[in-house]
Amino acid sequence: MWLRIQRLNQQRFVLTAKAVCVHQLHTSSTEPASSSYNGLYPGHIHTTPIQKALLAVGSGVAALRDPYRHDMVAVLGEATGHFALINLRDRMRNDPEGYTILTERPRIRLSTIDVAKMASLPEGSFGREYVRFLEDNHVTPDSRADVKFVDDEELAYVMLRYREVHDLMHTLLGMPTNMLGEVAVKWFEAAQTGLPMCAFGAALGPLRLNARRLQTLVTSLGPWALRNGLRARFVLNIFYERRWEQSLEDLRQELNIEPPPVILSAAKKMST
Amino acid sequence: MFQRRSRGQKYTFWLRDGFRDGESEERIKSYHRPHRRSSMQKSEYTCDHRPRVYKVFENVAQKYDIMNDAMSLGIHRVWKDALLHVMHPQPGAQLLDVAGGTGDIAFRFLEYIRLQEERQKRRAARSSQTPSWQDISNNYSTEDESRESRAVVCDINKEMLKVGKQKADSLGVSAGLSWVVGDAEELPFDDDQFDIYTIAFGIRNVTHIDQALQEALRVLKPGGRFMCLEFSKVNNPILSSIYDAYSFQMIPVIGEVIAGDWKSYQYLVESIRKFPNQEEFKGMIEDAGFYCVKYYNLTGGVVALHSGFKL
Repeated sequence: MWLRIQRLNQQRFVLTAKAVCVHQLHTSSTEPASSSYNGLYPGHIHTTPIQKALLAVGSGVAALRDPYRHDMVAVLGEATGHFALINLRDRMRNDPEGYTILTERPRIRLSTIDVAKMASLPEGSFGREYVRFLEDNHVTPDSRADVKFVDDEELAYVMLRYREVHDLMHTLLGMPTNMLGEVAVKWFEAAQTGLPMCAFGAALGPLRLNARRLQTLVTSLGPWALRNGLRARFVLNIFYERRWEQSLEDLRQELNIEPPPVILSAAKKMST
Repeated sequence: MFQRRSRGQKYTFWLRDGFRDGESEERIKSYHRPHRRSSMQKSEYTCDHRPRVYKVFENVAQKYDIMNDAMSLGIHRVWKDALLHVMHPQPGAQLLDVAGGTGDIAFRFLEYIRLQEERQKRRAARSSQTPSWQDISNNYSTEDESRESRAVVCDINKEMLKVGKQKADSLGVSAGLSWVVGDAEELPFDDDQFDIYTIAFGIRNVTHIDQALQEALRVLKPGGRFMCLEFSKVNNPILSSIYDAYSFQMIPVIGEVIAGDWKSYQYLVESIRKFPNQEEFKGMIEDAGFYCVKYYNLTGGVVALHSGFKL
């Protein structure tokens, strides 16, 4: 009887494998935005709790060894962030502007934002500073990894929004994308969102800093980031796409964020 | 283009250390897709897997060897060594390694032959401890084998061959080694060319396995040996459930973490499950026209080594 159960299990595996393979054959050939995909949203991959745990451990190790592997940081966030994402979604729902974001689902990609128009905005405006940030640091909003391992469609959007808003955080806080700037932003985000991935990044990121930068972090940048993270208005509740013309100082005041204590320059970025 | 000429015409060997980029580009252009996976064309249900398989291996080529070590916990080296031991090639043998990608089998083959030659030289030296001057001068003149052993690595995927060539360069191996782009279902070689044909962990990616077997029969010399390493069926139920759990839970995770590619490794695990078991595959090899077909189970059936002769 035990053998029969084993065989049934094997058949189940084979059938599931075949069924998934059929799905894969059909879905691998379609655009990610199309309606026929295997999962709750385009790019979704079903994972068991064991797989999520393994992913968390593996991606954590990989991200530590090579901090420039953004996809591993993303996977770590998705595998560990379930409860934090629920909390974030509820906070968005309870705020009118956040609720608008959840219903309208804006995306920040080169195809949805008009970079030329933003570059022509007056100096000191949020849109202009954002474009300056993109140019100085040689980054593009299109390089964010897709969400794959979150098992709820709305939570996946919250994760995606967090990821896309990350660059705007850099602009608001005036931090470049070098290691020190990233760690400072991570401290801010950890205090704001409570995502475990931010907490890990905040705790383990400083290990990769040299002594001088570590000192800057510990004495001025770090406490500033933490303080502002705790007292600022919730950053995911801001509809940034409607605020490009707003002045950066004005936005900072509205969000209760102090300007940075140290001006960091966008130093030569390591080529990835 | 790799077109088969008539049997009578002598086929020029594509023996170069590189491939003729002009022709191979054309051939591969039809399979080459831009990097975004989403732009792949729709395939039929009972489809030709080639575009998909090409994409999978193009994505994973750089990390292929690391992934092999991680997924099999290093055991794949044992399997490949076992293949060589069963093969037991002698100096002068001509090997064709199909789907040989990064060259693991070819390197092992050349190393094995080199050790065999050394052993033979030592034996010859032992038997003639005090050679006369005549014998010594005879030895110098017969140092070149009338037939040097040669390994040809054939793969449909240019990226994999590129990685293999880099490995060869870093190991300093170049003599007797060639890299050819070709499709296992339509090999760019003439009939009766090789002593040994190997395909290690490649035949499950071929859409028409019977065609690949027929091609193998064609390019082998009479007396030549066909050898195939492939994932197969585990009969022991305990080992089978551990193996299934490991395959479905761990391997896509390892693929995501190391290579950043979950889907390719999920495809890999599924293609293993769809492959025929040991007896069925043995039947297919016999149907293609091979004799004395037998198989050896390695690691409890996780991998099977099939062998047949062209007589």
